[in-house]
Amino acid sequence: MRPVTEAELAEAVAGASGPLLVRGGGTRTIGHAVGEVLETSGLSGVELYEPGALTLVVRAGTPMAEVEAALAGDRQRLAFEVPDFRGLLGREGVSTIGGVVATNASGPRRVQVGACRDALLGVRFVDGAGNVVKNGGRVMKNVTGYDLVKLMAGSHGTLGVLSEVSFKVQALPEAEATLTVEGLADAEGLAMLRRALGSPYDISGAAREGGRSLIRVEGMAGSVAYRTGQLRALMAGDVTVVEGAESAALWRRVRDVTAFAGQPGDVWRLAVVPTAAAEVAAAVGGAAVWDWGGGLVWLLVPEGQAATVRATVAGRGHATLIRGEGAAVFPPEAAEVAALGAGLRARFDPRNVLNRGMMG
Amino acid sequence: MEMPLPDIAILSSKARIVTRLRGILPADAVIDDLAELRAYECDALTAYRCPPLAAVLPRTTEEVSAVLRVCWEEGVPVVPRGSGTSLAGGALPTADSVILGVARMNAVIETDYDNRFIRVQSGRTNLSVSGAVEAEGFFYAPDPSSQLACAIAGNIAMNSGGAHCLKYGVTTNNLLGVTLVKMDGTVVTLGGPWAEASGLDLLGVVCGSEGQLGVVTEAWLRILPKPEGARPVLVGFNSNEVAGACVADIIRAGLLPVAIEFMDRPCIRATEAFAKAGYPDCEALLIIEVEGSDAEISEQLTRIRQIAMAHDPVEFREAADEAQAKRIWLGRKSAFGAMGQINDYMCLDGTIPVSSLPHVLKRIGEMSVEFGLDVGNVFHAGDGNMHPLILFDANKPGDLEKCEAFGAEILKLCVEVGGCLTGEHGVGIEKRDLMAVQFAPADMEAQMRVKDVFDPKWLLNPAKVFPLATSAARRAG
Repeated sequence: MRPVTEAELAEAVAGASGPLLVRGGGTRTIGHAVGEVLETSGLSGVELYEPGALTLVVRAGTPMAEVEAALAGDRQRLAFEVPDFRGLLGREGVSTIGGVVATNASGPRRVQVGACRDALLGVRFVDGAGNVVKNGGRVMKNVTGYDLVKLMAGSHGTLGVLSEVSFKVQALPEAEATLTVEGLADAEGLAMLRRALGSPYDISGAAREGGRSLIRVEGMAGSVAYRTGQLRALMAGDVTVVEGAESAALWRRVRDVTAFAGQPGDVWRLAVVPTAAAEVAAAVGGAAVWDWGGGLVWLLVPEGQAATVRATVAGRGHATLIRGEGAAVFPPEAAEVAALGAGLRARFDPRNVLNRGMMG
Repeated sequence: MEMPLPDIAILSSKARIVTRLRGILPADAVIDDLAELRAYECDALTAYRCPPLAAVLPRTTEEVSAVLRVCWEEGVPVVPRGSGTSLAGGALPTADSVILGVARMNAVIETDYDNRFIRVQSGRTNLSVSGAVEAEGFFYAPDPSSQLACAIAGNIAMNSGGAHCLKYGVTTNNLLGVTLVKMDGTVVTLGGPWAEASGLDLLGVVCGSEGQLGVVTEAWLRILPKPEGARPVLVGFNSNEVAGACVADIIRAGLLPVAIEFMDRPCIRATEAFAKAGYPDCEALLIIEVEGSDAEISEQLTRIRQIAMAHDPVEFREAADEAQAKRIWLGRKSAFGAMGQINDYMCLDGTIPVSSLPHVLKRIGEMSVEFGLDVGNVFHAGDGNMHPLILFDANKPGDLEKCEAFGAEILKLCVEVGGCLTGEHGVGIEKRDLMAVQFAPADMEAQMRVKDVFDPKWLLNPAKVFPLATSAARRAG
């Protein structure tokens, strides 16, 4: 099914006789949902773009490339740095903005500006009974009623099918620079990231990949030069500074976890307390890429390590199986939290037709 | 403002309910004396008052859980209360409700600078959270103007903002996790000291749910390193349109001031008479604050000056030192007090798309004439969050009603141009009956389903947020 209007989408869901597999471009889907494919790519196009108000309203099936091109035309962007996981997951296809929201896909700049859910101002969606629901809007401050916008972000299509999303966008910075620090062990290199994040220099990226720690600053040219200098003085190890396109290329690698693309093994994504980042990776073994100052750990490990990974991370964060088989994809939840999630899914999707089996 | 009639069965069971509460809490934590209960009869929306059945002041999550369990068993509504600074009536009790105040739960549980979080009990005041980490060079970013008094519990309930949220976001963007007690007494942990919660974003929907989903007893909050410095500039214009255009140009240029505040002529005149901050007598005035090192501040202000000059301002005033910076902020910070000197006032909180600013200000001016009530506008221009202050005389029969009708028309206008009823104060009872202006029945139904899951008996702060008729069937149980 491929509806081209919100009304058609509502009809398709209301009239579904069995489970539906909601699909944007299919480039970042995780989990094991089953059902007839419901494509959202027919709901495409920019509804409203006001650069002076930093506001973008767009239909959920709009390709990411189209969103990025529209914003770039006015020297703006989505601040949360959308990852492209096609290489990592071995997928092809066209990523849609709705898929980005459904998975709350957020890149390295999260440490500075927050995640996709933090930039998301409003949603329209069709719930599992076929009702059209709107929440939030197009303004930056809005506390009118409950915040279902946050609830929809990262709900992996289990509460409703997104039809329209609105964002606060960001102006492109005048300059960017990255300090790369080499010659440190992982624990030391990660401590360096935390030191930078604890400084007043407004860090927009703090990652460690391939034996190097990376620290990014963005903004006006003079300010970037100043902060780069200040940060250099805070760092131990062998520090070099790269700017512009060279810096941007480094962060695309971190964002997309390029290091694990095409490599055999399972890929785990861990959200942890940053000070546990080095130890967790060492305890599990395998290769690691760290982002968000160590708060996000990507692990490439041999298949069948689920028990080890989840035991290691317990009490310090949680782990999601991004690529691999034979284990639950989403982290286990405490019984009282799982009950709330199940209760919400039962009320938003009473027939259990949306991405059945995705999140439990 | 209509509130549900109290349940006679509950009123007549007061003695038993109080005895049960005394059985699970220390003696000084249960208040049932009518004179003492007066302290809990209203919040900062003082036009509406009603003493509760009883008030409890627990000290721990376990005590909160025990209280809620008893009230759940007895079918007694519970109204959670932080510091009682809500401008929307979020903590207004009904006669058959128990006020659950978290004021005694004000401890810092853990500070972790390396991982940049603080964990506090929810009764701690907003400013004292920053105070607890200040010596290490950190702060907690959301800064509602009541920050000296307001509690983190209330900030989370209302998803509070502040003057600096243009850069740092509001409460939901700075909240990592909570300990939440559901109405049936179940204790739930959502999120934690890591960057994101797992599973559905329940934390995101709890924040801003106005105390209707659970009682937050503890919270993990993101703390940030303090900037090296900050400096404001004041720019005066002879038209609201031009001031609005200047704001849009600054934002579009990619400059990210931490605050852009806007005052119109009625507000400027009132504050000048009151605070004598030395503001120019002009149609519209912007206060723009930037942060960073001295050199970074100069770099940003140079650019802002270039943009502002293209709009032919009547004045562009930079603060050369701390004293001048204080004077620039003085009028803005005195604005509410200044308006209060003239008369009673009602403070609105709608948000509009920044591009609609001139149109909305013009319409508010016209409506002011129609209703015969003066209004001053002071607001966060960078994000379109308006605070029109309508002046009225509380001693004059009919004036409050006229003021409320005027306020409702302004909020309808905000929705009409693509905005919303409330940007940072919350719905409470104040905007409850206007919800249908912004939301279709299906939109409210979706929100109420969330409450059905967390609080199936609809006992937590039940008469708020949704129009009474819309929630009636659910509240009746």
